[in-house]
Amino acid sequence: MRIGVLALQGAFLEHAHVLRRLGVEAIEVRLPQHLDRLDGLIIPGGESTTIGKLAVQYGLLEPIRDMARAGKAIWGTCAGLILLSKELSGPRGQGADPPLLKLMDITVARNAFGRQVDSFETDLAVPALDVVSTAEEAGRPFHAVFIRAPRIESVGEEVEVLARLEPATSAGSVRCLNEACPELGRRVAGDGIVVAARQGHLLVTAFHPELTADTRFHRYFLHLAG
Amino acid sequence: MERETGTETVKRGLAQMLKGGVIMDVTNAEQARIAEEAGACAVMALERVPADIRAQGGVARMAPPEKILEIMDAVTIPVMAKCRIGHFVEAQVLEALGVDFIDESEVLTPADEEHHVDKHAFKVPFVCGCRNLGEALRRIGEGAAMIRTKGEAGTGNVVEAVRHARAVLGEIRRLTTMAPEELMTYAKEIGAPYELVCEVARLGRLPVVNFAAGGIATPADAALMMQLGMDGVFVGSGIFKSADPARRAKAIVEAVTHYNDPAIIAEVSKGLGEAMPGLEIATIPTEERLAVRGW
Repeated sequence: MRIGVLALQGAFLEHAHVLRRLGVEAIEVRLPQHLDRLDGLIIPGGESTTIGKLAVQYGLLEPIRDMARAGKAIWGTCAGLILLSKELSGPRGQGADPPLLKLMDITVARNAFGRQVDSFETDLAVPALDVVSTAEEAGRPFHAVFIRAPRIESVGEEVEVLARLEPATSAGSVRCLNEACPELGRRVAGDGIVVAARQGHLLVTAFHPELTADTRFHRYFLHLAG
Repeated sequence: MERETGTETVKRGLAQMLKGGVIMDVTNAEQARIAEEAGACAVMALERVPADIRAQGGVARMAPPEKILEIMDAVTIPVMAKCRIGHFVEAQVLEALGVDFIDESEVLTPADEEHHVDKHAFKVPFVCGCRNLGEALRRIGEGAAMIRTKGEAGTGNVVEAVRHARAVLGEIRRLTTMAPEELMTYAKEIGAPYELVCEVARLGRLPVVNFAAGGIATPADAALMMQLGMDGVFVGSGIFKSADPARRAKAIVEAVTHYNDPAIIAEVSKGLGEAMPGLEIATIPTEERLAVRGW
């Protein structure tokens, strides 16, 4: 299997290393011709504005949309989740929104948990991973690393929610940054926020499975690509 | 379930998200927006760029809070800010302001001539400069989540950044060929924590992201540092001291992404106008060299 990793900016090598460990050919994608003959594509974490601008300048948006239309699997982590989304909500910079692929029926808030000091790690229950889990891994929570992470505010009917943040403990409250929400700017419990989802062959995670040793999400993506 | 903030993974993780990108020095909101628009993956908020610090002299300190906040309000990308070496209260202030990364920087006038900040005590990650592997590992030992070359800031001359990058990467290569019993002696020689020396020998790289900084002025300079094996670049005076900052900034971003593609580097290098005026390192008196600050 040949999986591309969008290598414009961000943590693309981390994804490529995991893929290679799993015995998959990993191709760094910087130009449209690098998308030829791929079985799937990972859009990594990084800065969504940077990745988005470079994707536009080098003509990658439409070829990636073509890949999705052809039924190829695409996985966006963090910045990649933002780029795959249909719409952005929440606070906005002044004209700094990244261009979107608009492939997945989700609305997303960028930097939705605050600044870097609010970045966190936590365990998530992800029952969907059981299809690729060994007997030993089955049912085990997934340790997720959230870095200046986005969150999924709403999902369309075709979208399957794979993971939510569980009820927060005292240390786990988050700052609400949704402009439409009456709790704007206040510390609120992060209960039930959607942080991983799937729509057909499209997968998104607000966190970074490429930063931990657990390869289940990568295997789950390969399962979708297979 | 418990959520942990300020962990080593989370701090080093942000640096990993900056890889393959360009971090640009900016002194106000307008410059920050130009940098973001050009594709910078982060900006460094400061009062004066290194070329001006060098020209004007005097004590260079942390930027005023209102300046940093103005820049944080202007952009959605991460905002870094510099504190003086050893000035842990400036670092506390920057953390309280909510900056995403602190650069404990030799570009500012050191506040302590023996000690660096204990960076483990902070939730916000730190980046520190180095000239060689020993210095890099001392900073990581103190808690730095990211390393950069010192180079010689404000000169537009890439030679020192190349020297420091080659020193670090060359020492790492040597380390990977050493027998286990040689590692303790080597750790002693370079003044680095033994555990980190062993970790680098095992990994074949630093355990944190490693950027180039100090003197990068052109797209080709940036791509040179990437081909040498750095993870990304900082550009300080090189952008806003040039004739056409917006265009040069965008060109350097593209050169870092396509660092292995000379045709693209050639294309983006066209029509950029004057680069910042450069300084020959030999003309700078030793006591005015920034890279010798830090211990």
